[in-house]
Amino acid sequence: MAKTRIEATINGEPVEFLCEPRQSLLEVLRDVLNLTGTKEGCLTGDCGACSVILNGRLVCSCLVLGLEVAGATVETVEGLAAGTELVPLQQAFLQQAALQCGICTPGFLVAAKALLDSNPNPSETEIRYALAGNLCRCTGYDKIVRAVMDAAALMRQGQGRASSPMQGREA
Amino acid sequence: MATVTNTSNGTYKVVGTRPLRPDGVDKVTGRAKYGADYSLPGMLHGKVLRSPHAHARIKAINVEKALKLAGVKAIVTGRDLPEGENKSVPLGEMSVNPRHLGHNILARDKVLYQGHAVAAVAAVTPYIAEQALELIEVEYEVLPPVMTVDEAMASTAPILDPELRNEELGDQPTNIAKHTQLKRGDIEAGFKSAEIVIEREFRTAMVHQGYIEPHNALATYGSDGRGTIYCSTQGPFEVRGMSAAVLGISPGSIKVVPAEIGGGFGGKTTVYLEPLALLLAMKTGRPVKMVMTRAEVLRASGPTSGSHIKVKMGCTRQGTITAAHVWLAYEAGAFPGSPVAAAAMTVLAPYAIPNVLIDAYDVLVNRPKTAAYRAPGATNAAFAAESVVDELAERCGLDPLDFRILNGSHEGTPHPAGPPYKRIGFIETCEAIKNSAHYKSPLKGANRGRGVASGFWFNAGMQSVAMVHVHADGTASVVTGSPDIGGSRASCAMIAAEVLGVDVDQVRPMVTDTDAIGHTDVTGGSRVTFATGMAVFQAAEDVVRQLKERAAKLFECKPDEVEFRAGTFAAKSNPSTSITIKDLAKRLPRTGGPVTGRAAVNARGVGPAFATACIDVEVDPETGKVEILRCTIAQDAGKAIHPSYVEGQMQGGTAQGVGWALNEEYVYDSQGRLLNSGLLDYRMPTCPDLPMMEPIIVEVPNPGHPLGVRGVGEVSIVPPPAAIANAIYRAVGIRMTELPMSPPRLLKAILARRAEDRTSPAAAARA
Amino acid sequence: MHEFSYHAPTSVNEAINLLATHGAKARLLCGGTDLIIQMRAGTQQPSCVIDAKRISDLRRLSLDPATGLFLGAAVPCVEIYQNEAVASRYPGLVDAAKLIGSVQIRDRASVGGNLANGSPAADSVPALIALGAVARIAGPDRERTVPVEKFVVAPGRTVLKADELLVGMQIPLPPANASSAYLRFTPRNEMDIAVVGVGVAVKMSGEGCLEAQIALGAVGPTQIVAKEAATYLAGKRLDEATLEHAGRLAAQAATPIDDTRGTAEFRRHIVSVLTRRALLATAARLRPNHSGN
Ligand SMILES: Cc1cc2nc3c(=O)[nH]c(=O)nc-3n(C[C@H](O)[C@H](O)[C@H](O)COP(=O)(O)OP(=O)(O)OC[C@H]3O[C@@H](n4cnc5c(N)ncnc54)[C@H](O)[C@@H]3O)c2cc1C
Ligand code: FES
Ligand code: FES
Repeated sequence: MAKTRIEATINGEPVEFLCEPRQSLLEVLRDVLNLTGTKEGCLTGDCGACSVILNGRLVCSCLVLGLEVAGATVETVEGLAAGTELVPLQQAFLQQAALQCGICTPGFLVAAKALLDSNPNPSETEIRYALAGNLCRCTGYDKIVRAVMDAAALMRQGQGRASSPMQGREA
Repeated sequence: MATVTNTSNGTYKVVGTRPLRPDGVDKVTGRAKYGADYSLPGMLHGKVLRSPHAHARIKAINVEKALKLAGVKAIVTGRDLPEGENKSVPLGEMSVNPRHLGHNILARDKVLYQGHAVAAVAAVTPYIAEQALELIEVEYEVLPPVMTVDEAMASTAPILDPELRNEELGDQPTNIAKHTQLKRGDIEAGFKSAEIVIEREFRTAMVHQGYIEPHNALATYGSDGRGTIYCSTQGPFEVRGMSAAVLGISPGSIKVVPAEIGGGFGGKTTVYLEPLALLLAMKTGRPVKMVMTRAEVLRASGPTSGSHIKVKMGCTRQGTITAAHVWLAYEAGAFPGSPVAAAAMTVLAPYAIPNVLIDAYDVLVNRPKTAAYRAPGATNAAFAAESVVDELAERCGLDPLDFRILNGSHEGTPHPAGPPYKRIGFIETCEAIKNSAHYKSPLKGANRGRGVASGFWFNAGMQSVAMVHVHADGTASVVTGSPDIGGSRASCAMIAAEVLGVDVDQVRPMVTDTDAIGHTDVTGGSRVTFATGMAVFQAAEDVVRQLKERAAKLFECKPDEVEFRAGTFAAKSNPSTSITIKDLAKRLPRTGGPVTGRAAVNARGVGPAFATACIDVEVDPETGKVEILRCTIAQDAGKAIHPSYVEGQMQGGTAQGVGWALNEEYVYDSQGRLLNSGLLDYRMPTCPDLPMMEPIIVEVPNPGHPLGVRGVGEVSIVPPPAAIANAIYRAVGIRMTELPMSPPRLLKAILARRAEDRTSPAAAARA
Repeated sequence: MHEFSYHAPTSVNEAINLLATHGAKARLLCGGTDLIIQMRAGTQQPSCVIDAKRISDLRRLSLDPATGLFLGAAVPCVEIYQNEAVASRYPGLVDAAKLIGSVQIRDRASVGGNLANGSPAADSVPALIALGAVARIAGPDRERTVPVEKFVVAPGRTVLKADELLVGMQIPLPPANASSAYLRFTPRNEMDIAVVGVGVAVKMSGEGCLEAQIALGAVGPTQIVAKEAATYLAGKRLDEATLEHAGRLAAQAATPIDDTRGTAEFRRHIVSVLTRRALLATAARLRPNHSGN
């Protein structure tokens, strides 16, 4: 099948790629654009490892066709950190030891970002429901939920540095 | 949050702190490379054709049409694999049966489960490979499937492997691959002296490890006759050895490069795609990448056994257990090798019971060949035994923790399968729960209950190699062959930093490939921080020893006159002459050249792990749904190197135990077709299904390890199903004997009980 | 996945023309949360995929004081529950829209796709039926309407002909003193497919029920309207005994089967429980000091 040329904005940068209709956004990111930070866990929308933000909304990139993103903006885990500076969510995940194997981490970070973008002060229950589309088999979610709470607190204080109230670089 | 019951002596500078993990930044930025993230120029894509039948003879396979499809480069079937020997051969500290392993990689004459691999294709795109699968014609003679141990053990059962024999049955074909028996004392006398005897029967469903990353492999093969496999595995050396065994080539011709690994829990200690990718690469001369779909993972990797278990236990009125008889039958899957022997050795391990008889059966069924899953075998068995223990405690009128403490194993108690325990921390875990804020708090409200249960796991030692290189700037790198599945780089770096007396950020840990390090057994058996950690400890000590020699040269004294403390070398005779590691590192070129410490261990002195969980539930009596309200788990870590990652193991294992308890199960139809091969219907706990999980790290140092470490990776999965069953009993008065305790099952029991109460006033009074 | 061509028309007519050309081999794509999975599994193998999300009619969500709500087929769930005017008038629909999948799914999945997919377990459908929704269908010659309760004819099959598409759902304005609710039972708290779903809409006068609609999901080959239960409720006080009885009647209307998600017996029991609970929830929403929905 002929490939179509698609233009989109990915992590703030204009990107062009060629894509077959049957290629998912996940395949485009990983196989065409070499953005392998977005992970594949199921291809059925169940695990959330492939989460990206598409035009401001959280989606499973395995359930989006590459052609659908013509003219759209896409944010992936690779776009979270500004240069070498980690954002509070990333810092909090490290400090709280919210990852073990780390395969789910990109999806959780992106989903948590989508949550905090719209709700800067979520309750534990709100966090748990907002992350229901992301499976983690390693952590039992405890430290992930705490990390999101910490990140939210950090962001509310407007301080994104590691010099947080949480004992510097201690996890 | 976490309480560390610190019973260990010795003060450490690095061990026991919580530094950021060294591989963390890569993992929160998407930079870390997992197996499926690798690709190579000219790479082909491989796909596997899988059997739609649970049990069938393969009469013919025709690949002609598929081979003609443009873009298809190679197709292989079982006939392309050499027929391996049908006997157990050693591989590292494990052993494998090459024939069974090969037949699982690609079926030869028979398919033995739905999803069993029948052929593999390499093509220029994954789409073409998929399309080629549709063009392969397989003629099957469908046979009746055998799905449960009960069916399989019946004398009339269809036979899976006509060649299988077991010692007891002589030359009679059977599905029972092995019967193991453990005995101690006089079981009859034991029951005679019991005043209370409880006998119950349990069943548990097959469940999957549920790692989020599907199996993957990328293989290359050069004209030099050397192959390389990049994959996410717990055991690079096992992948090498097993792939070689399956392909009939020498292990030395294969290099395995372990990628980051997205979970394994035991399920990535064997091979599925790795030999296939290599075989296709050998056939085509091009790199071949293969990644399983989720449905393939569920259908055709290695879940753990469903089981049928009977437990009979007796105790005195005062609560002393006098005898226990346990009967266990575990699904092995399509080939022998369920963890039932481990189940037999763990099931009564927490208790000092004088008279014991345990029968364990490893049974073939038309399901995927089981693989290890976190404390393999122990969880099923503990669900049964710990439910009965709870019942005995109740009958004696004892608090369930007191009952456990009364009967608990301690130093000197003979282990059912071996010598007496050295120092262990079982009773301490019970006491930690007893003293926890959770256990002391009242649980109010209707349909709520609190349950406790305990678990045991051996942990493993086995072989590990570590190297510690000292760099000119005084930093060090730690090189091991143990894939980091949950923070072991951090603990290895911390151990090295502790020994070297430097800050942990001065140590860079890395995991290397099978050509670059000596044989290192699987990341499994909770052994990495213990055994690889021991190797790192010794390698770092080796560095210190060598550096003492260098310092001695500078101080113009003998090496044994050099003292090393807190990262500084000093001459004993003249403490004012001292030099830090950092400064000494600069002097290496002139004092004899680079320093590399090394250690190769076959770690002995394994310290077993115990855990005790306390779980509060609320049952919706109208729907049978169970909500986990609160959950605390106490576990003996020996010594927690990095407490956060110890807690993580405890919480993660507990969460898996909760899933196993409540909703996870393989559901097959009568034809042996898996009905829930996706993560929407294979229901692992999601974030809103769980509360925070309160870990209590108990530290009873393992005398067999320089830092007191015990493995922490597994035992936490063992107690939750029983703890939840016991909690359900306290909530609604029903003892569940089948896993999962899913809403339909629990509701059925509740309704049956209600009907019974209506007809029998005595029962109503009891309730 | 098999090959297909992709089109993103901007009008209903353009889409209808594509359907006319490609016939039964064409499929509409809204959120893709059913379709893409089915194509990947090979259970759907369209040669032409028509992305509906650029058609403004299908993306329209409009509330008219006279005619009620028009819900374009391709409007994602998130836009429904984030719309306060809709949420306050159609709480039953919002209950369902909030339950489907996860955030990731709801940010894409549409109610139109939920309905057109034809699953007996689709969460929004019992809610739509209870609210008296009507499906608007466009074809080559004319538009037609079909009550949602008649839309699904068998698992995975609907009244849509190969050359037709679903434009949206028209949902009448609920009368004063009426409210609605949708409840489902799933073993997990989120990310699960309904084992049973119950949508109810009730018009009350004080504590008495004037009129009720009850629709059941996942307990038959298609959604089931529990007529007896609804009729029985008319004119009754919603006390415990009445609710129990209504639940029993609803359970009798169900024709469940055993499958991986639950046994028939279990499902029937759950229908009665959820019917009672959904009626209570609806009545609670009508109490004066009720906050939120
Ligand atoms: C992880 C996950 C969780 C889920 N959870 C739930 C849940 O909790 N409850 C639930 O009910 N469902 C659930 N679903 C199923 C699915 O999300 C819903 O059915 C969803 O509403 C479908 O909408 P869509 O816009 O994605 O449909 P699509 O996939 O775009 O379309 C679905 C079907 O309808 C057809 N179609 C779509 N629009 C039209 C139209 N305008 N005219 C004609 N035909 C059309 C398509 O061709 C296709 O056959 C879940 C799915 C996933 C992947
Ligand atoms: S890969 Fe997309 S949700 Fe799992
Ligand atoms: S950290 Fe391994 S799945 Fe979440």
